[in-house]
Amino acid sequence: MGGAGRSRSRWAGLAFIAPGFCLYALIILYPAVQALLMSLRDYNIVPGKPSPWIGLRHYWEAFHDHVLRRSFVNAAFYTAVTVPLQMGIGLFLAVLLDAKLPGRTFFRVLFYLPVVTSWVVVSLLFTYLFSTDRGVINWVLVDVFGVVGDNVNWLGERWPAMIAISALGTWKGVGWSMLIFLAALSGVPRELHEAAAIDGANAVGRFRHVSLPLIRGASSIVLVLLVIGGFNVFTSVLLMTDGGPLDQTQVPLTYLYEKAFRDIDFGYGSAISFLLTVVVLAVAALQYSFTQRRVRAAFR
Amino acid sequence: MIVGSGRNRGLVLSARYGFLVVTAIVLVLPFAYMVSTSFKERTLVLEYPPRLIPDDPTVQNYVSAWTSNQFGRYFVNSATVALATTAGVLVLASMMAYGFARFDFPGRRLLFGLVIFGLTVPTMLLIIPQFILARDLHLIDKLPGLVPFYVGTQLAFSTFLLRGFFERVPLELEEAMTIDGASAWRRYWNLALPLSKPALATCAIFTFLGSWDEFVWALTVLNGESNRTLPIAISLFRGQHSTSWGLIFAASIISIVPVIVVYVSSQRHIVAGITDGALKN
Repeated sequence: MGGAGRSRSRWAGLAFIAPGFCLYALIILYPAVQALLMSLRDYNIVPGKPSPWIGLRHYWEAFHDHVLRRSFVNAAFYTAVTVPLQMGIGLFLAVLLDAKLPGRTFFRVLFYLPVVTSWVVVSLLFTYLFSTDRGVINWVLVDVFGVVGDNVNWLGERWPAMIAISALGTWKGVGWSMLIFLAALSGVPRELHEAAAIDGANAVGRFRHVSLPLIRGASSIVLVLLVIGGFNVFTSVLLMTDGGPLDQTQVPLTYLYEKAFRDIDFGYGSAISFLLTVVVLAVAALQYSFTQRRVRAAFR
Repeated sequence: MIVGSGRNRGLVLSARYGFLVVTAIVLVLPFAYMVSTSFKERTLVLEYPPRLIPDDPTVQNYVSAWTSNQFGRYFVNSATVALATTAGVLVLASMMAYGFARFDFPGRRLLFGLVIFGLTVPTMLLIIPQFILARDLHLIDKLPGLVPFYVGTQLAFSTFLLRGFFERVPLELEEAMTIDGASAWRRYWNLALPLSKPALATCAIFTFLGSWDEFVWALTVLNGESNRTLPIAISLFRGQHSTSWGLIFAASIISIVPVIVVYVSSQRHIVAGITDGALKN
């Protein structure tokens, strides 16, 4: 590059990369390989003690593990609830904010506030809101609207707990989708809107036929990232229910964490983490190729 | 909105504001309730029916939260770790990004591909082998031991973002400096870095916020009382004072104030970082 000799720049390039890449290889790449290898061993955490290879036995065990299966169902429920809500509300807010509007920045900053607030704090906050006896949610449902007769035991039963956890996930994530959609909408040329308006299209028609096709690419990225995030739900479940009662609200990551750091079964924990990664990446790849095909079809 | 009668336009505008205000209220209410609870006296925290405005507000919870359980120390712990991580990521990621953007060397595509892999791999996949690694390096239960793991985990994003930025620095400027005899390091330090201040700011903000809020890794490797970071201290607060929600929320609010200050004062950089990260790959 430039006037520098080729071989000199070659070494210079490697010298720039070496310090960071060595740390990255140690902290990310080496553990990634280790995760796979550990899942194939009966891992003994005592240094020096043998950890025999057992092939796919952990995966076989995982296949017959009812709690693990339930944890995937719970994560799928969380994903199925939170992803459409986040995308729908996020897109709606983005459309509302996609115009010169006094106070636009104020609303944008406000809607994004839950996204930047720590998971620990918001998980404790929602635990408090969803308390059974004196929680605000129960007060609103029982005393204000009277839609349920008695206090709901939100965090003490499986599906109510999953609803509470999903409410938190939606509340916290809406601002992120909004921001991505806002960026995508701002890339839609104004002239297209004007042309459609002259042709007599109303606001809804302009949105459907002008904006929507052009933000399909962004939507598919948002969808894939939210689905990955949904299956990786962790801190909120850990702090709100800790997978309980009796493993009813386990999700793959809380179950992995329990297996690894409470039962000290590192081999099985690694197998769960690998299964989750494979499932999530497969779902994401499928969705991505599917939505990409629709994007191309839309432009045909 | 573009064509339409004045009356129509006014109607659309007020409908817009209506929806925005309603959503804003729904999104802000949980925060408002948290703030209100933190100013309530201990006995009134679980009052029924709940009230949004406390009758007799008190700052007692804030005083207790700050003075009890070495909370001030945890605040300093979090700040130190977050600042050290930010410094480490800025130096290492900008060097890597410059190397990838400006030099041709064997294996460049492979190495960059491995960095991109780091953007997609879920951090929890790595937590078990990382724990073994930390143990073997004697970094368990040591506050400075968090930093290399935080830096390693956050390097990929900043490297990716900065590489895109460095590639847009005009080559002619670099060539002119080379003819004047500037070394690769001088071109990086005196040209590429100063021109990339906005991107560096974005990286700094994301890294700082990411390490300030990091919970799972700290929970896994820290045991000692004096080593805790804020997220750990707050989650444990709940175990120790299970019904003192006012105290828990006062501590929570103290811990999110720096985040909100950083976020509100630099939200433009944050918007740029998120949209660049998600849409430009």
